[in-house]
Amino acid sequence: MKPRSRLAAAAAGLVLLAAGCGGAGDTAAGGEASAEDTTLLVFAAASLQEPFEDLAEQFEAQNEGVDVQLNFAGSSTLVEQIQQGAPADVFASANTSNMGKLVEADLHGAEPVDFTSNTLMIAVPAGNPAEVTNLASLTEEELNLVVCAPEVPCGAATETVEEAAGLTFSPVSEEQSVTDVLNKVTSGEADAGLVYVTDVKKAGDAAWGIDFPESDAAVNIYPITTVKGTENAELGQEFVDLVRREDGQELLAGYGFAGV
Amino acid sequence: MRSLPRWMLLPALLGGLFVLLPLISMGLRVQWGSFGALVTSESSLQALRLSLQTSSTSALVCVVLGVPMSLVLARSSFRGLSLLRSLVLIPLVLPPVVGGIALLYTFGRQGLLGQHFELLGLQVAFSTTAVVLAQTFVALPFLVISLEGALRTAGTRYEAAAASLGARPTRVMLQVTLPLMMPALLSGTVLSFARALGEFGATITFAGSLQGTTRTLPLEIYLQRESDPEAAVALSFVLMIVAVLIIAVARRRVVA
Repeated sequence: MKPRSRLAAAAAGLVLLAAGCGGAGDTAAGGEASAEDTTLLVFAAASLQEPFEDLAEQFEAQNEGVDVQLNFAGSSTLVEQIQQGAPADVFASANTSNMGKLVEADLHGAEPVDFTSNTLMIAVPAGNPAEVTNLASLTEEELNLVVCAPEVPCGAATETVEEAAGLTFSPVSEEQSVTDVLNKVTSGEADAGLVYVTDVKKAGDAAWGIDFPESDAAVNIYPITTVKGTENAELGQEFVDLVRREDGQELLAGYGFAGV
Repeated sequence: MRSLPRWMLLPALLGGLFVLLPLISMGLRVQWGSFGALVTSESSLQALRLSLQTSSTSALVCVVLGVPMSLVLARSSFRGLSLLRSLVLIPLVLPPVVGGIALLYTFGRQGLLGQHFELLGLQVAFSTTAVVLAQTFVALPFLVISLEGALRTAGTRYEAAAASLGARPTRVMLQVTLPLMMPALLSGTVLSFARALGEFGATITFAGSLQGTTRTLPLEIYLQRESDPEAAVALSFVLMIVAVLIIAVARRRVVA
């Protein structure tokens, strides 16, 4: 192959690849008069990544010709993206306040429904080097405690728990996201951190979780809805239904999420 | 200007617009009514102060370490020099988050050096020192690369002349090389200061984020975006003004 034709082949390959990733409107190949290939765009909070990847696969298997594309980010970032005109069919938020922003902007396609919940848990590096036992032990002087900043949902939950327990934490860092907190714990930089139950589960052997009764004060509710103006409103609603159905709920529970 | 081909003006103009337009758009989004209150809040002021402090310290460390580094790279010849040069400049192309992870494995509590610091009762993680380390790590190559380039362009004629007149190496460096390098040193320092001021990824990965200790202005902006986008825009504008001021002052110095 001459260099130029090789280049052409590579370009053709790229075009094919791009076509393969194409969005809504791609027509299905084959003679069957089947429905056109549809892309369902699901915007979901970052903490939902693992279960939603599974759910998307399940949804695709149940609906032929449907391609579910997932966009994971912080809930507030997602709302902002939708407000700025990003195409989205379904939005799943990690808290009610960010869903509230969507409703306030009148961008919700249907009344949001709560579909799962998550609570805080103490995460410590494997082996628990600082011998943390309960929430009160997080206030010990020598302990490197890392939490979420009050500006983000997990930080707001931390503040609620703190108040409910009548404690005052003095963390060495207030992180931007719950993932940052978890990373500080699993790398051993922090002796303890407050994260969600699902995060501890995700960390596997690298972090141990410690339950505490005060976590009941700040249960994080996850609402979901379709987005207004979408062409795939019906399909979007079916996805919402799957998430709320028994098999969807079981799947979520497998990742540590609790019911509502 | 006359010697420039005219067709170059169009891409030059496009490039200029590409840089300026986003800055103008941001300026248009600033809520001027509440601007004063937003940027003078306790957390904003602390973040600005911390940013200026740590960036100045980092720029200073860059000069102390970077000048000798660039002299060695520009004036010596040994096997593996070019390899060494590319290794030293790695932070230029590394995503800052990766730099932060690398620093964590070095100075973190369980890091290569950090675990020994820990035994001595020193903790780098979550301290302002960690911020300076992260900033210096990403900013140092900027100083080294601009200074080394200038050293190579300047050549060794004057140094050779001074040496032939009997000046010792230290005297040649202090009285010939460094004065010749002043403009490049100044612009390199400003460049590294500016890079340190904008540092985000390595800091948030390695140093954490706590008001007054490790939360610099870029971290504060990113955090404010979560709850108060207006404040984030106002603070971004402040950071932009600081950057413009630095560049203006530095250019004037260099030209003068």
